[in-house]
Amino acid sequence: MFKWKTDEFSWVDFTIDVLRVLIVLGVVIGAWNTLSSGRISLAQWVNLFAAGLSQGSIYALIALGYTLVYGILLMINFAHGEVFMAGAFTTVFFAEALNRTGFLNEQPLLSILLMIIFAGLVSMTVAILLERVAYRPLRGSPRLVPLITAIGASFFLQYTFRGLYGSGFKAYPQVKMLQGVISVGGINIPIVQIFVFCSALVLMLGLYWLVERTRIGKAMRAVSENKEVARLMGIDIDWVIMFTFGVGGFLAGSAGVINGMFRPQGVNFFMGFIPGIKAFTAAVLGGIGNIPGAMLGGLFLGVIEAIGPNLVLAGLGIPGANQLKDVIAFTMLVLVLIFRPQGILGERLAEKKA
Amino acid sequence: MFRNLVRLLSALSLVSLFFFPVLADASCDDPLGCVEVEPDDPIVVGAMLVVSGAINYLGEDTLGGVELALLARDNSLLDHEIELVLEDSLCTAEGGQVAAQRLAADPTVVGAIGTNCSSAAQGAIPIISESGLVMIAPSNTSPSLTNSDIAAGGSHLPGYFRTSQNGLIEGMRLAQFALRALKAETLATVHDGDPYTEGLSRAVADTFAELEGDVVFQGAVNKGDTDMSSILTEIAVHQPDVIYVPLFEPESNFFAAQMTHIAGLEDTIIIGGAASFSSSFPENTGEAAVGIYVSGPLVSGDAYEKVLEQWVEEYGSDPPSGYHAHAYDATNLLLEALEAVAIVSDDGSLMFGRQAIRDAVAATENYPGLTGRLTCREDSPYAGDCSPGTALAVFIITEAEVFDDNWPPPLAWNFSVDTFD
Repeated sequence: MFKWKTDEFSWVDFTIDVLRVLIVLGVVIGAWNTLSSGRISLAQWVNLFAAGLSQGSIYALIALGYTLVYGILLMINFAHGEVFMAGAFTTVFFAEALNRTGFLNEQPLLSILLMIIFAGLVSMTVAILLERVAYRPLRGSPRLVPLITAIGASFFLQYTFRGLYGSGFKAYPQVKMLQGVISVGGINIPIVQIFVFCSALVLMLGLYWLVERTRIGKAMRAVSENKEVARLMGIDIDWVIMFTFGVGGFLAGSAGVINGMFRPQGVNFFMGFIPGIKAFTAAVLGGIGNIPGAMLGGLFLGVIEAIGPNLVLAGLGIPGANQLKDVIAFTMLVLVLIFRPQGILGERLAEKKA
Repeated sequence: MFRNLVRLLSALSLVSLFFFPVLADASCDDPLGCVEVEPDDPIVVGAMLVVSGAINYLGEDTLGGVELALLARDNSLLDHEIELVLEDSLCTAEGGQVAAQRLAADPTVVGAIGTNCSSAAQGAIPIISESGLVMIAPSNTSPSLTNSDIAAGGSHLPGYFRTSQNGLIEGMRLAQFALRALKAETLATVHDGDPYTEGLSRAVADTFAELEGDVVFQGAVNKGDTDMSSILTEIAVHQPDVIYVPLFEPESNFFAAQMTHIAGLEDTIIIGGAASFSSSFPENTGEAAVGIYVSGPLVSGDAYEKVLEQWVEEYGSDPPSGYHAHAYDATNLLLEALEAVAIVSDDGSLMFGRQAIRDAVAATENYPGLTGRLTCREDSPYAGDCSPGTALAVFIITEAEVFDDNWPPPLAWNFSVDTFD
C-alpha cells in the first residue's frame, strides 16, 4: 500500500498516502463523534439510509445510460441528463390526465407501468435522435468533438423543452397507494421508497439479463470489445449502437417516472442537469463502462449523500453540513479518480480505451 | 477648396458635439439631470418583474397591478400617453442587473416599478441609483435593502423605495404569532441563502429569541436541492415546536412533503413565507401541505374590491398571488411624484428632474393606498420603506386548497385585527 516505503521514494506517492490517512482519520473521527453523541436515533439513521438507497436507485438507472454508451462508443453523453428530463417532463402531463380521470388511483400499478413505458419511449426516441443526428456524423472524429457536441445537445434539449412546456415547475400527482409507511421493528419506512428501490432493481436486473443472456446483448458486448471484428462477424454496428442509446434512454425515462413517484415536485426543463452530473459521478465511481459498477456506484452515491453530512461532517463540527451534500458527491469522484481511477468494479482500461 | 469644406464641417460637428447637449439641457437644473418628453411622445415607465421561471406568477400578479393602476388613469398623465417598458428581472441578482442596465440605458425612462425578488433588487439597486433613476419595489421584503449601513450588510442606495413590508416587521409579527398564538417554545429556521429568505429567517429568529423563545436550529439548504432528508433529520434532533421555512418553490414543496417521512417531526408545525403564498404550493406539495401556515399579504377595503373586480374584468381570473395591490400602490406613488415635479412647457412638452422625482417619492406622507396609508421613511434600516406594514396575515392550508383548487386559504391570523394575549 505505501509505495514510498518499499520502492524508490516519491513525494507524489508520499502526499497521496498522507491524504489517504487524513481522509480515513477524518471519516473515522467524524463518524465516532456523531455515533457516540447519540444525537440521531436508529429510526432516523434508517430513514436516511432508505432515502439514500431510493435516491441512489434513480442515480443508478441514469448512470446505466452513461455507462452503456461509454462502453460501446467510449464517449461521455453529457446530454443524457436531458434524456431523463425529456421523459419525466413529458410524462407529467400524461400522469395529470390519468389523475383527472381517476384512473391513477383506481389502477395505480397499471398506471405507473403505463407511465414508465410512455416516459421510456419518449426518452428512447430523444436518445436515438440524438445519436442519429448529433453523434453518428461525428463518429471517428477526435474524442473532444462528440464531447463538446454532447454539451451543446444538452443545452439544445433543455431549451427545446422549455419552449415546448414552459419554464414553470410541474409536479407529478401523488399516488395514494404509495403514501404511508411500513413499520419494521418499530421503524417506519415510507412505501414509496420501497417501491422506488424495487422498481429500479427490476429494471436493472432486466438490463443485466438483456446484456448477458440475449443475442442483442451479445452483439452489444462484441461491439464494445472490438467494432471491426464485430463487423466482420456480421453484426450491424450502427444498429447496435442505436439500440444501446435506445436502451439507455428507456432506462432514463423510466427513472424520470420513478423519480416523479419519489419526489413528485420540481419537474421542469432544467431538472436533468444535477441528476445527470450525479449519475455520471456514480458511473465513474462504479467503473465507467461496467454495468454492475454503475448500479453499485449509484446506490453508493445515494447513500453517501444521505448519510455523509450527518455522519461525518456534523461529527467534525462543520457548520451547515447538509449544504455540503453535493460536495461529498463530487469529493467522492475526485477521491476515486485519485485512488482508484478504474472505479469500484472497473478494470484498468487498455491504452486504446483509456 | 473641397478639403477646406471638409475641415469646416468637421470642426462644426465637433463644436456641436460639445454644445448641443448643453443647449438641450439649458433649462434643467436638476443635479441628476432631466428626462424630457416631447409634445407627442409618451411618458416611459419601466418595470423590472419576474416574467419567466418558477415564480413568474409573482411577476404576472404585480404586472397586473401596474397595468390596472395605469388603466385607472386611462394610461395617460399630463396629457401624455404612458408607455410601460417591461424587463424580465428573473429572481436573481444577475437578472436584476441586466433589467436595470437596459432601463438605465434608455434616456426616456422616468422611473421603474420592481423588482419582485430581493435578490434581483440587490443587482438592480446600484445601477438604478447610479443612473439617477428611481425604483419602487412591490414585493421585496429583505431588511438589507432598506439598510444604509453597508458594513452591516445593508445595500440601500438613494433611489430605492418599496411598498411591500420590511422583513423586520414581518419577522417580528411571525415570531409573535409562533410564540403567542401557536404557543411554541422552540423554533427552527431554514433559508436558502437568498437575501429574502435569509433576511426573514434572521428577523424571525431574532425576535423569537428576544421574546424569550428558544431558537434551537438555524440552517440552510441550497437552491435546487431536492433531497431534504439530511437537514430534516438534523432538525428532528432538536425537536422544535415550529419550523419557519420561507423558501421558494420547489424547495418549499420538497421540504414540506419530505417532512412527513422523518421520525421525530410528526407534531412539528411549519410556517412558510410569502414565497409559498401561491395556489401552486398546496397543489404541488399535496396532502403534506394541509396544516401548514403561510404568511402573505392581506388587503381589504372598497377601493381594493373595485380593483379586484376590474382585474377579473381585464384578465378573466383571480390574481395569481397577493402583491398586485402593492404594485398598484407603487405605480401610483411614481405617477403622483411625476405629476408633482413635471415642468410643463407651453407646447405640451414635459421635463422631469431625476432628483426631483426621488425627492417627491421620498416626501410621500399618509398617501391613501390600497395597502394602507403609505409614508416613505428615510431612517435606516427602513430607508425607502413606504409600507405601513399592516397588510399582512397568516393563512392556513386546508384540504380545500390541496384537493379543490380553493384559493386563497382561510385566515389563521390577521395582524391588523387579532391581538395576542
